Amino acid sequence: MIALERRPNSSRLWLYATPVLAVFLTVLSGAVLFSLLGFNAIEALTAYFISPLRDSYGLGELTIKATPLAIIAIGLAIGFRANVWNIGAEGQLTLGAITGGGLALLFYGAEGPWLPPLMLIGGMVGGAAWAAIPAFLRTRFNANEILVSLMLTYVAGLLLSYLVTGPWKDPMGFGFPRTRMFGDEALLPTLFAGSRMHIGFPIALVTVAAAWFLIARSFIGFQIKVVGLTPPAAGYAGFSNAWIIWATLLTSGALAGLAGAIEVAGPIGQLTPSISPGYGFTAIIVAFLGRLHPLGILFAALLMALSYIGGESAQIELGLPLAVTGVFQGMLLFFLLASDVLVHYRIKLRPAREGV
Amino acid sequence: MTKLTRRSFSALTLAAGAAAAFPARAADPLKVGFIYVGPVGDFGWSYQHDQGRLAIEQELGDRVKTSFVESVPEGADADRVITQLARSGHKLIFTTSFGYMEPTNKVAKNFPDVMFEHATGYMRADNVATYAARFYEGRYVAGILAGRLSKTNKIGYIGSIPIPEVIRGINAFTHSARKINPAIEVTPIWVNEWYNPGKEADAAKALIDQGADIILQHTDSPAPVQTAEERGVLCVGQASNMERFGPTAHMTAIVDHWAPYYVERTKAVLDGTWTSGDVWGGFNSGMVEMSPYNKNLPEAVVAEAKAAEQAIHDGKLHPFSGPIKNQAGEVAIADGATAPDGELLGMNWYVEGVNGKVPG
Repeated sequence: MIALERRPNSSRLWLYATPVLAVFLTVLSGAVLFSLLGFNAIEALTAYFISPLRDSYGLGELTIKATPLAIIAIGLAIGFRANVWNIGAEGQLTLGAITGGGLALLFYGAEGPWLPPLMLIGGMVGGAAWAAIPAFLRTRFNANEILVSLMLTYVAGLLLSYLVTGPWKDPMGFGFPRTRMFGDEALLPTLFAGSRMHIGFPIALVTVAAAWFLIARSFIGFQIKVVGLTPPAAGYAGFSNAWIIWATLLTSGALAGLAGAIEVAGPIGQLTPSISPGYGFTAIIVAFLGRLHPLGILFAALLMALSYIGGESAQIELGLPLAVTGVFQGMLLFFLLASDVLVHYRIKLRPAREGV
Repeated sequence: MTKLTRRSFSALTLAAGAAAAFPARAADPLKVGFIYVGPVGDFGWSYQHDQGRLAIEQELGDRVKTSFVESVPEGADADRVITQLARSGHKLIFTTSFGYMEPTNKVAKNFPDVMFEHATGYMRADNVATYAARFYEGRYVAGILAGRLSKTNKIGYIGSIPIPEVIRGINAFTHSARKINPAIEVTPIWVNEWYNPGKEADAAKALIDQGADIILQHTDSPAPVQTAEERGVLCVGQASNMERFGPTAHMTAIVDHWAPYYVERTKAVLDGTWTSGDVWGGFNSGMVEMSPYNKNLPEAVVAEAKAAEQAIHDGKLHPFSGPIKNQAGEVAIADGATAPDGELLGMNWYVEGVNGKVPG
């Protein structure tokens, strides 16, 4: 008989091994799924996981897709560690796109190399300002930040929609809801010829390093950890709960805003009614998939990006249905959560008792 | 004199081949790619484009190979998917939503030997053609049904994204309905998406709660038709015949019929005669059709609608022939005049009888 026995301490080995195990099981079940659908499993998995990585162009695309996911998830993870649940990163991203993109429009025709950094800072300010609303309401009125931040996502979407159909509409755009294309010098520089890969990915890497330092080596990182694990202990130690809420929400908002500014200054190059295909929400999954650890998040963002791009190449090369992408991502999360049990429990084989 | 190295020679042949080599390489099937904004199974806009893709396969058989990517968000993702199609050897690519306009033109610059067809946009290049259908002709016909059949004089209109195409539809419909019944008022609700069954159904419910007894939609899912059926009001299907989703509510649908255009353009690439251009087809090109009218509709009303269809088809009736007033009551299109295409393409004002403001 198989039994689960609680470990006295959670297993460090399994903590890091379970994501790998989950990926492995996903690939394995994916192979079974493809075979059942009547596709050659090897071909399908190749189209899914290998074709997008075959050349520098593909790798560049992977980083473009992973960049906003990683940057947002890093910010969210810092909050999640302190039990501050910012679910509205999508809205903060939108605000960052608005403020960052707004600067590009403001200085249209007068651009210079100073403009992209200014836009990125502007994006961070915009995102942080949007996150300040739930922070204020939570610390002042104890309003649930999950609801407030989520609802503000829709407000941000409508604000963007208002701007691109109204005051910021391209005067030469025949009435279509989009701003003019930003000037060339308002765009993030690309890193290699023949690839869309831009400076956003190095920024994501810097964010990962900074977050690691913050979490593992700084005093505020320690405070966040204590507040998240045992709020009463934090209280006895004199750590201010309100300060942690403000700090984590502003940080995650600023990073989501940064991602928004990177999107508009990078691959999009203008403001349109739809800036993000839900990065702010997918980043929540990425944060947990990466175990709220900066490096884990980076890998998780790359993996998630690969699952989207691979889904497209599987559609193009083999005519696999789009739903497979969703099933794949679902399986990945399922296996990750299911194998979590191994972190806290160990499997024991016990002889079956008789006569019971 | 420049030396003809092997490398420049092959570049030359490639360039020359791009335009003319297709018949010579007839053994290789032409790869035709499609990118859809919604799922193929939306039973509306994307579904109808996919019907066009299937028609290409059926008509041209071994000479072509088609593939598609569905539910691609408008934005940075579209750029990547279009590039992926171009890089994987597709020589003709149909990008079937307005929001793919900038991505299509960006990618087209990098792939001068690939032909692009962008639906409903206005940016063209040597290798980017545009095409659209005069859906507003269908809206005008739908307006006749509404003008005759509304009892509450309130019509709900579910708008997607406030681009001129959608506003034009609202105007053609409203103008036509009010010619018959000047008491008609049309209230749009904008859901700011092309495909979102949940939001579309919510919008339909809200409009019905406000007293609308006919629902129009410029969104792609059959959810509003289902809602209309449940709530016992009438509706008009979008892009595809949606009758099965509301057998009693569904009066007719304005059907987009892309197949003939798609087959013709694919043949042009195969024959090496493809050139960029802009096509805006209406009833007379077969790009727009009314699906069979519901058998419960009064015969006289159906006859009137069909007569208008025929008149538009024959060029005897223009949906935007004046006098047409704007919301302020000023004459925007004078008596005896018709709005030229250029004005229709950029239309961003409402006619009299529409409630609310154009967003923005």
